[in-house]
Amino acid sequence: MEKLMLILGLAMVFVGLGLSMAFHSDELLVEDEEFGLEGSATDVPYARPSQPTPTRKRSSDPDSDSKIQFSLEHAFGESEFSPAGTFTARLKTWSQGAQTLTKLRFSRNSLTEAEMEQFQKLLQGDDFYRIRLPSNVLNPPGRDYIVSSVKARCLPRDGLDEHFVIHTEGVNILAVNYGAPGACPYPRQLKLPSKWAFNSYTILKNTEQAPRTPVFTEEITVGENGEIQVPPPEKSFWAKYWMYLIPLGLIVMNAMTQAMNMPEEQAASQGQQGGAAAQRAPVPAVRRR
Amino acid sequence: MAARVLSFYLLLFLSIAQLGVSLYEDQVGLMDWHQRYIGKVKHAVFHTQRSGRKRVMVSTEQNVIASLDLRHGDIFWRRVLGANDSVDGIELALGKYVISLSSAGGTLRAWNLPDGQMVWETSLQGSKPSKAFLLVPTNLKVDKDNLVLAFGGGCLVAVSSIDGEMLWKKDFAAESLEVQQVVQSPGSDVIYVLGFVGSTQFDIYQINGKNGEVIHHETSNYAGGFSRNTLIVSDDMLVALDVTGSILITVNFQGGKVRIDVKPISDLVGYYSGQVELLALRLGRMFALKAHQHIALISVTNEGKLEVAEKVNSAAAISDALPFSEGQLAVARVHHEDNKVQLTVKLGNDWSTNLLDETVKIDGQRGLVQKVFINNYIRTDRSHGFRALVVMEDHSLLLVQQGEIVWTREDGLASVLDVTTTELPVEKDGVSVSKVEQNLFDWLKGHVLKLKGTLMLATPDDMVAIQAMRLKSSEKSKMTRDHNGFRKLLIVLTQARKLYALHTGDGRIIWSLLIGSLRKSDACGHPVGLRVYPWQVPHHHAMDENPSVLVVGRCQLSQDAPGILSFVDAYTGSEIESSGPVHDVLQVIPLPFTDSTEQRLHLLIDTKQRGHLYPRSREALGIFQQKSSNIYWYSIETGNGIIRGYAIKGSCIHEDSDDFCFEPRDLWSVVFPGESEKIISTATPKLNEVVHTQAKVMAEQDLMYKYISKNLLFVATASPKASHGIGSATPEEASLVVYLIDTVTGRVFYRMTHQGCQAPVHAVFSENWVIYHYFNLRAHRYEMSVIEIYDQSRADNKDVLKLVVGKHNLTVPTSSYSRPEIVAKSQSYFFTHSVKAITVTLTAKGITSKQLLIGTIGDQVLALDKRYLDPRRSLNPSQAEKEEGVIPLTDSLPVIPQSYLTHALKVEGLRDVITVPAKLESTTLVFAYGVDLFFTRLAPSRTYDSLTEDFSYALLLLTIVALVAAIVVTWIWSERKELQEKWR
Repeated sequence: MEKLMLILGLAMVFVGLGLSMAFHSDELLVEDEEFGLEGSATDVPYARPSQPTPTRKRSSDPDSDSKIQFSLEHAFGESEFSPAGTFTARLKTWSQGAQTLTKLRFSRNSLTEAEMEQFQKLLQGDDFYRIRLPSNVLNPPGRDYIVSSVKARCLPRDGLDEHFVIHTEGVNILAVNYGAPGACPYPRQLKLPSKWAFNSYTILKNTEQAPRTPVFTEEITVGENGEIQVPPPEKSFWAKYWMYLIPLGLIVMNAMTQAMNMPEEQAASQGQQGGAAAQRAPVPAVRRR
Repeated sequence: MAARVLSFYLLLFLSIAQLGVSLYEDQVGLMDWHQRYIGKVKHAVFHTQRSGRKRVMVSTEQNVIASLDLRHGDIFWRRVLGANDSVDGIELALGKYVISLSSAGGTLRAWNLPDGQMVWETSLQGSKPSKAFLLVPTNLKVDKDNLVLAFGGGCLVAVSSIDGEMLWKKDFAAESLEVQQVVQSPGSDVIYVLGFVGSTQFDIYQINGKNGEVIHHETSNYAGGFSRNTLIVSDDMLVALDVTGSILITVNFQGGKVRIDVKPISDLVGYYSGQVELLALRLGRMFALKAHQHIALISVTNEGKLEVAEKVNSAAAISDALPFSEGQLAVARVHHEDNKVQLTVKLGNDWSTNLLDETVKIDGQRGLVQKVFINNYIRTDRSHGFRALVVMEDHSLLLVQQGEIVWTREDGLASVLDVTTTELPVEKDGVSVSKVEQNLFDWLKGHVLKLKGTLMLATPDDMVAIQAMRLKSSEKSKMTRDHNGFRKLLIVLTQARKLYALHTGDGRIIWSLLIGSLRKSDACGHPVGLRVYPWQVPHHHAMDENPSVLVVGRCQLSQDAPGILSFVDAYTGSEIESSGPVHDVLQVIPLPFTDSTEQRLHLLIDTKQRGHLYPRSREALGIFQQKSSNIYWYSIETGNGIIRGYAIKGSCIHEDSDDFCFEPRDLWSVVFPGESEKIISTATPKLNEVVHTQAKVMAEQDLMYKYISKNLLFVATASPKASHGIGSATPEEASLVVYLIDTVTGRVFYRMTHQGCQAPVHAVFSENWVIYHYFNLRAHRYEMSVIEIYDQSRADNKDVLKLVVGKHNLTVPTSSYSRPEIVAKSQSYFFTHSVKAITVTLTAKGITSKQLLIGTIGDQVLALDKRYLDPRRSLNPSQAEKEEGVIPLTDSLPVIPQSYLTHALKVEGLRDVITVPAKLESTTLVFAYGVDLFFTRLAPSRTYDSLTEDFSYALLLLTIVALVAAIVVTWIWSERKELQEKWR
């Protein structure tokens, strides 16, 4: 086990993603962008089963990984289900005890002659191609199988293109969105694939958290017509009380000038002593000159 | 096209101008009506002695306690208890209180007799569930205080009738006694408590009524074993059946000594078969035994011998005995004879004497008599007279006196199960308007009065006349189709399996039908009605063909019981055809195809998920087989937490199948993890909803395409703890997950978790959005969330050039098998009320803006504009967004008092609200039902496409005439002046 981890660690360094990364899988983030979030119409690179996906070093915290396998079964029209491929995923156990699936990989068995024949029959009859997965990956099939079907005529492009979106909740699989990766307009035309091999795209999807309801501490009143009567911003002290301040200022100014004038008048009329007292400051200046 | 654009702008303008809908005081009753009901009566207590107002107190199966006027049947007062608070008994105490025991002996309340105010309430905590009895002894007094004895939850409790204080309590559950009866010994304070321990031991306790002490306790055994069906015959005798139900046991407990006698029932009544039942009636020294479709009245002689007094047909009803003068007992018996009902009042002590024998003619659509209560009065000639309150099979209530029906109440309408609507007949030649409007003079007089009102010339008397005229405008209650589509028939199915047609104009009953095929029969023991669907809606032959409805019922309450189908003519109210018992019915799917007679094809799904096609004709089969490859359905297994999708596989292969039966094939399944999620609510878009535009123009000239599909399912699941009432889970344990699932492929389009939120969830799905209501445990408040979904695959179709050249995919049929590119937007808001029902307005073309109709906990209907629940609301909307009508973000949704549709009224016990589009685009019809019925007309964006009803045409005419006259006069003047100028 340790050896394996060492190799994984080395592989990671070689791939060049040795930077310290968040523990969360980036696959989930990619899917989040694809679904749900508004305004993102960008094409998403799919996790192709053949592509080498960078694996991450096991971090030092107590969360542990283990590998898990579960099988995909398929049926042609009303036939019995038979094994069609294997999903491999990492089961991550979090320190709180919760378990999640990450890093889903899928390898499909190649179609046998008999299966090819059956598939052709489906295409001719515009019948359903059905798949199923266990609803619990730890002890399959769980309570029941997750079944999904698609009209067989939707799948052929060059090869047979299929697209899985597996909705999980911990170790449970809730549902699988299965179908063609693109459009499948009605009426469906009969088209045989040039290559009898499946191109599979798989996505693992977990639930999204609802955005929190905004809580405003400020009371905002809504008028009858729907417009919001936003309380006007708090005005500055000056803006609020200018009508009182200006008269007050005028009065003060007036009083001051009067107070200035009074001693002058007194000085002028009552003799020099008072005037000297009032005009003590200018006198030395005059002298300096 | 221009008109449409114009109307759109007009609509935009109006919707911005006015968000609330409100009406003026004098508009009440113009287009709305409200009917008050009480439900099926189960107890009745008369209050006629020494009182000015003669009344009867009743309690009903809809948990209503009401006081009715005995003269007219009007409601004096009415109290509707909660849904789980069923009434166990009512009694009068102190001559001024009505005492009610409810919730299986859990709650004791006293109501003031004249006005129904609650005087006191006492909660009785029992230790284990048991039968519940209420006993108001006549002369049991403690310090001038009358006692009320209540038994419930295994405890006998004595309560003061003045203030509801508990005086003493005796627990019998500890002694593992299953109490069957509680009686007072006549003329003493001793209370007898009778019951069983195990199946063979009979116990009797004598209890001092004043302090609850046990005076005496005696047990006795009967090896045969008792069944739990017992009856008190007289003050000292109890009748019971043994376990096999074939032997009658009489227990004599006179003076505390127990003596058990047995007698085989066949000795008494002769041959019988089937179940025997003791009828819960108090008949003095008699009791009634129901066996083999007969009721045997058995009297007990003074020596304790049993004798059969009379055998009557089981369709009869017998009242409790009524003491009317010294020691005399009167018992009423009602039975059917041909089309008439025979009411006989007999002397209880001497069964051969008839005190009264009357024949009453009762409408056959009311079915059989279910219950009868009698009351005596003194006639003018000082002899004793009797009146009887009769409960019929359709839950209606009748008062019979002197061989006549004094009044009737249609209380079946308190338990509406399902509603559908049909159009009224087209107005035919020969019925002219003037005929309905009486004559031209009246019409003119009305308009002149209206004119006076508008010009403020009217006297108060005139105003009253105008108001009266507006209220009973003959226009709105006409029996023909109107141009605006306001007049319709509401076809209502009630719990009593009766179908009513109500006129939307004034709410009167046009016809009613007790559905014959849904009545009790040998093949069908306990039939129940389920749903009603429009079956045939004639458009091409609207003049000479009547529409019809399909009523789906079941033989029993359980899902796998055989189904019953009945087809009823919507104009005449007669059953055209019925079939049943047939296969069981789990789901009814109206298909979007009709045959040449315009009957809609329906696929009925049974519990094995096989589809059964109706109507059963070759033509329908042909249409169905052509389309069968595109028919999908799903089933929700709520208990299992699994949703499965199906398609048609082929014809049925099992024996006794026919051509109209189809096998399903499993297509998809969604399995919710049982330990963490439980389905609590689902919602689907309405099949008859019309969406006007696929595109939504955003601010800044942007465009988004709505993802519109009828094959969507909204599912809400909650963690098992959080799926019960509020308070059963902590915020950490609770989580609510919502899903949007495509029901053709089973794809999960959207999935979101609300942490710390829980049930109950109410949801409504319309166009491309879902709104749901739930409780947020962290915020301690109710919340409403909205999810809107948009289709990204069409997002490129914004280019005008592309549209012109034709390089767009708008005309390509969408397929569920294409991989969806969906963008969802979501936002949550706080909402003050808890919610009983939630729905959305539907209009004919879907142009008018939508309003949510919310049935609040206060039994009112609140209209809330959808624009408040827009996920694009932000704190500071840009100028462009403001112009578009985006309201700035607030954390809670406003409750505007003027937007209560029910204004001052209450729709007691509100269960659901339905909306039906009128022909006029701006208007929708709203029908809310519970114990009460309420109907109104609603214009979510004001009536922008028509003049109001009270628009004064006379004033318009007068103005035009005045203008023309003024023009003529001024013209003459100017001519004359010109002439004078010239002569000068």
